[in-house]
Amino acid sequence: MSVETDVKTLVIDEQEVSARAGQTILEVARENDINIPTLCHLEGLSDVGACRLCLVEIKGSNKLLPACLATVQEGMEVSTNTERLQKHRRTILELLFAERNHICSVCVSNGHCELQTLGQEQGLTHIRLPYRNPELNVDASHERFTLDHNRCILCTRCVRVCSEIEGAHIWDVMGRGINSLIISDLHQDWGSSACTRCGKCVQVCPTGALFDKSKIGSDHPKYPEFLPYLNLMREAQ
Amino acid sequence: MSKLKLATVWLDGCSGCHMSFLDMDERLLELAEVVDVVYSPIVDTKEFPDEVDIALVEGAISSVDDEKKIKKVRDHSKMLVAMGDCAITGNVPSMRNPIGPEAILDRAYIQNASAQPQIPCVVVPKLLKYVRPIHEFVKVDVFLPGCPPSADTFHTALIALVNGGPLDIPALTRFGA
Amino acid sequence: MTIEELEQIAKNVKQENEKYDYEINVCMDLACASQGADKLKDALVKAAEAGAKKVLVRRTGCMGPCSHGPLVRVDPEERLYRRVNASHAEAIVKSLGGAPVPELQCDLDEHFDKQVRVVLENAGYIDPEKIDDYIARDGYKALLIVLTEMTPSGVIHRITESGLRGRGGGGYPTGLKWGTVAKAAGDVKYVVCNGDEGDPGAFMDRSVMEGDPHRVIEGMAIAAYAVGASKGFIYVRAEYPVAVSRLTTALREARRHGLLGNNICNTPFNFDVEIRLGAGAFVCGEETALIASIEGRRGTPKPRPPYPASSGLWGKPTLINNVETYANIAPIVRNGGKWFFNMGSERSKGTKVFALTGKIANTGLVEVPMGIKLREIIEEIGGGVPGGHTFKAVQTGGPSGGCIPADMLDVGVSYDALLKMGSIMGSGGMIVMDDTSCMVNVARFFIEFCMTESCGKCIPCRAGTAQMFTLLTRICDGTGTMADLALLEDLCSTVKETSLCGLGQTAPNPVLSTLKYFRNEYIEHIVHKRCPAGVCQMEAVKSESEVVA
Repeated sequence: MSVETDVKTLVIDEQEVSARAGQTILEVARENDINIPTLCHLEGLSDVGACRLCLVEIKGSNKLLPACLATVQEGMEVSTNTERLQKHRRTILELLFAERNHICSVCVSNGHCELQTLGQEQGLTHIRLPYRNPELNVDASHERFTLDHNRCILCTRCVRVCSEIEGAHIWDVMGRGINSLIISDLHQDWGSSACTRCGKCVQVCPTGALFDKSKIGSDHPKYPEFLPYLNLMREAQ
Repeated sequence: MSKLKLATVWLDGCSGCHMSFLDMDERLLELAEVVDVVYSPIVDTKEFPDEVDIALVEGAISSVDDEKKIKKVRDHSKMLVAMGDCAITGNVPSMRNPIGPEAILDRAYIQNASAQPQIPCVVVPKLLKYVRPIHEFVKVDVFLPGCPPSADTFHTALIALVNGGPLDIPALTRFGA
Repeated sequence: MTIEELEQIAKNVKQENEKYDYEINVCMDLACASQGADKLKDALVKAAEAGAKKVLVRRTGCMGPCSHGPLVRVDPEERLYRRVNASHAEAIVKSLGGAPVPELQCDLDEHFDKQVRVVLENAGYIDPEKIDDYIARDGYKALLIVLTEMTPSGVIHRITESGLRGRGGGGYPTGLKWGTVAKAAGDVKYVVCNGDEGDPGAFMDRSVMEGDPHRVIEGMAIAAYAVGASKGFIYVRAEYPVAVSRLTTALREARRHGLLGNNICNTPFNFDVEIRLGAGAFVCGEETALIASIEGRRGTPKPRPPYPASSGLWGKPTLINNVETYANIAPIVRNGGKWFFNMGSERSKGTKVFALTGKIANTGLVEVPMGIKLREIIEEIGGGVPGGHTFKAVQTGGPSGGCIPADMLDVGVSYDALLKMGSIMGSGGMIVMDDTSCMVNVARFFIEFCMTESCGKCIPCRAGTAQMFTLLTRICDGTGTMADLALLEDLCSTVKETSLCGLGQTAPNPVLSTLKYFRNEYIEHIVHKRCPAGVCQMEAVKSESEVVA
């Protein structure tokens, strides 16, 4: 009767799965231990479908759909790891590696970086594209944290967590295209912005672009798992 | 079966890859049974031999000298392995790319010189405007990322390359490993 | 306002016009105005006052063949004069009733003969700032018919029957879109007019907004009635100040005449329109980015679904159509869906306005029935390539379109045919290139445009177009390799298939189409280090990036 009992059955990678109506392909895939790579998606934040890594193929359609936003349909047949998708995913990751100055070996997130891990998972051993080597700043004006634009992939997780969860919305994007830049407030130094110092943006940042100053040069794992938990507790209240 | 000729080359890198190569320790002896090291910073040969089976190249291309060397290595090697992140991505040497070589030379030889500040013009090879990975200059057959690739990675990869066996590099190593 | 009142206004205008023996219409659209059409008009007014005959001098919108401007048309003889300036005013006035002024005459019969004017029927005939002029040419009649005689579903039926497809680029069936919005649940709905025309070389929508603004408003009001909306927005780029001012005037006049506002024509229908200005971002022509911009947010697209038809402006069902689409509505309502359906080709109905630019004799605006051959547009209407040069390619559809070579000119223009040739209809830009154009350089130009106009949200478009630009630059300056070409083709496929919105998905088209039809030019650049058209400057072949001394 209610929406929640509306069950859909579909096929993901030749595996028959069931789902609630309204669930995304990504949610259902993960419930069934089917791995779809993601980068801008983070459980607990709204989805923007920007990184294009979670694109999947739907039988009968030539169009690729972002699994993080596309909802399940009865009888749909989803392929998450075809050769075509693998090729696109590798190229997208190469585009990211070549876009800014990602020097894994000297990064605080070396070993804990989602970009680095994805690169390895997708079988990248080198970047065919020319490196762009843009000149970018490091904003170390904040007393606790640093923003290194060289390592930013513009996933906007920080923008979303600050706006949607913390409610401060100090982060946003300025500029267009290849010149896009994460800025705090109206392009002020982070240190003099209205930042609440909660550090949520640092925890959700998939790379070493946002990091805790006290952990420079040391192991700097991040713990974005707090998000779904926080949301759950807030809903319970 | 005659031994394969192995060369190792050191371009713009910290020599860490070579150190890691040596970290194979006793497994070097095992390797020595199947390959001859015909050219390397750790052997005496001064000229790159005419025929090499496997060339391991560490370091990025930063100077006119590096560029000359990598072309020679490519011309005389059957298989060219880019060894480590500098050779593959430019890595730390490429961190000068956004600011350019003039600023680097100025800082090193003028601002920080205690006596006779001047940019050297002899002996030291001229720098290229950008530090680039090897594959932007010559064809690379195998990419072995890592900073440095571990001794285990070297061992597994070299044994596979010598024997022509299967080699799943992403399972062994990654950028920055 | 009632039909009778409307007819009375039309009658008054006609009576007023009949007082004059002659009408001198002066085109004051941008191209003509920039060459002194305003001074010309003043001089004509002065000369007319001094003369004995009763002459009405009228400012009008674009007459079409801009390259011949400033243009003046003398009615009732329909004499078109070209390259007129203020010094010709007296001669023109003197010639009324006699032989035409010889040095100003132009022979553009071939240019006009093959055109069919629906969207542009009023352009060049009315003063865009006078609502009465518009009413005198059946203006707002369609709105009154709709409000007093038709049901919303009847209106949608008529639009569906006409076969009209969206003129903004996608070619989505307009009736279907209206029907979807009409069916969408919700009390509050919006209609939006997309006037964010940003394609280089395209100015169809500007000319319509500037030359016949009421037609757009009437189309929107009819759409609002059909889908159940009471609020509309016209999103115009700020680079079109004249269009903004004409629309503002038109909205004010329409409100004053009771054609906008509450209880329009004494019916329960309420509708009003607000103008919103774009801030110079090309991507805001994409409907979801446009919505974000109207809402006051950063203009970036969102993945669809949900489509604006179900969740658009502030989450409400929203109908978005392009300027030219709305401009087609009133004539379809007046003349019936069948009338429109009978024009055009099998799956593309009606007419299409094209902005002809580039290496072509008659640059300007043309309106042709769908299905007309490209050759007819370029050689007959456009007057062919001037200066003894030969035609090489025509680029349709703006930066995301493709380049069509000479041997495909006999294809009839339609959404599907253009798509098949690797191009798109787009909003209707048509850039003609001759043998002095280098196709690699052309591809590079359009990729640069897409690169700078990418919003930066999704990776393939943001970084992919930048990489494509780098690779194309290498090929253009003679440092490219065959490996670069392979990489370029690889990037084209990823950017096309994985980008979030239409901008990225179509950005590779200029590269793909030039690679398809002019691959030899790429090879010449790469292998032989020469640019066949002599456009690209080849760098001396060198080892690597510049060596530092």
